[in-house]
Amino acid sequence: MEHATTLDHTEDVYEPSLTPDSLGKLGMWIFLVGDTMSFGALLAAYAALRAGAGIVGWVPPSEILGINLTAGMTFLLICSSVTMVKALESIQGGNVSRMCLFLGLTIAGGIIFLGLQAYEWYHLITHGLTLTGIPDHGLSGAAISGSTLFGPTFYAITGFHGMHVTGGVIYLIVILIHGLRGRYTAEFNHEVEIVGLYWHFVDLIWIMVFTFIYLL
Amino acid sequence: MAQDGHKEHPKYMNIFWWLLALTIIEVAVAIPEYAVVLKAILLIGLACGKAALVAIYFMHLKFERKTLAAIVLTPFIICVFLVIMLMPDLTFDARLDGIEKPAEVVDTSSH
Repeated sequence: MEHATTLDHTEDVYEPSLTPDSLGKLGMWIFLVGDTMSFGALLAAYAALRAGAGIVGWVPPSEILGINLTAGMTFLLICSSVTMVKALESIQGGNVSRMCLFLGLTIAGGIIFLGLQAYEWYHLITHGLTLTGIPDHGLSGAAISGSTLFGPTFYAITGFHGMHVTGGVIYLIVILIHGLRGRYTAEFNHEVEIVGLYWHFVDLIWIMVFTFIYLL
Repeated sequence: MAQDGHKEHPKYMNIFWWLLALTIIEVAVAIPEYAVVLKAILLIGLACGKAALVAIYFMHLKFERKTLAAIVLTPFIICVFLVIMLMPDLTFDARLDGIEKPAEVVDTSSH
């Protein structure tokens, strides 16, 4: 009994008890940990297929994809992450209208990102990158035979990420509506922080996708 | 979580400039043609650096308790293990073995 009391005491000193705020945050973090595994599995599968095809069996993605457009999309997501932290900073200082402005900018960043991705997909599909084939101009025969797997893996991974951005935009709009109705104050704002965690995670994943799919 | 950390905000614009610079370096590293392995190491290193900046500063991991950082690092370690376990299947030789054997069978039956 005495032992148990000592343990409880140590816990009180080193680990502050969970509050509703920190529970929500812990929940989001655990979801993000699971999501990391999903993306990790997809990227590992991509790496396995590509390495299995060998150097001659896989067209360098930069020959099919436009690096400039997606570098711009990366920049856009980084900017929207900055507006997201600015929104949280604003509400922690009690400035509701400034928070709503920055949340709106974050949502705009997300929507423009989705628009650019739709444009990119449309461009790629019309140029022959589909679930079963790749553009054939200027490519050697060996490359074509191995690279038909590029299309499905590319659309699966960027599509999965795009769905996350879509979900994030909807989530942000819900938080913005709450904010406009005056739900958040300098004291009560953990929900803004939690949506921020999700949004930064989507940004973080895009950094990885951009490197592994587009640049490598 | 983050009971006392919230007062001291990092300078978010500094992080933004770092991320922007790393993105430009990444694209500059990716475009020229040179050794694939060196390129892969450079690009993955830069990407991990950017991801770490986002997680540590934007997601406030720096100001959370250490237990959370341990939870967050776990899936990344598992992903590294996943890649290591896939390694035996990743080699080019394994694929060639698989292709050559059926070809020999076809040759003998036709003669």
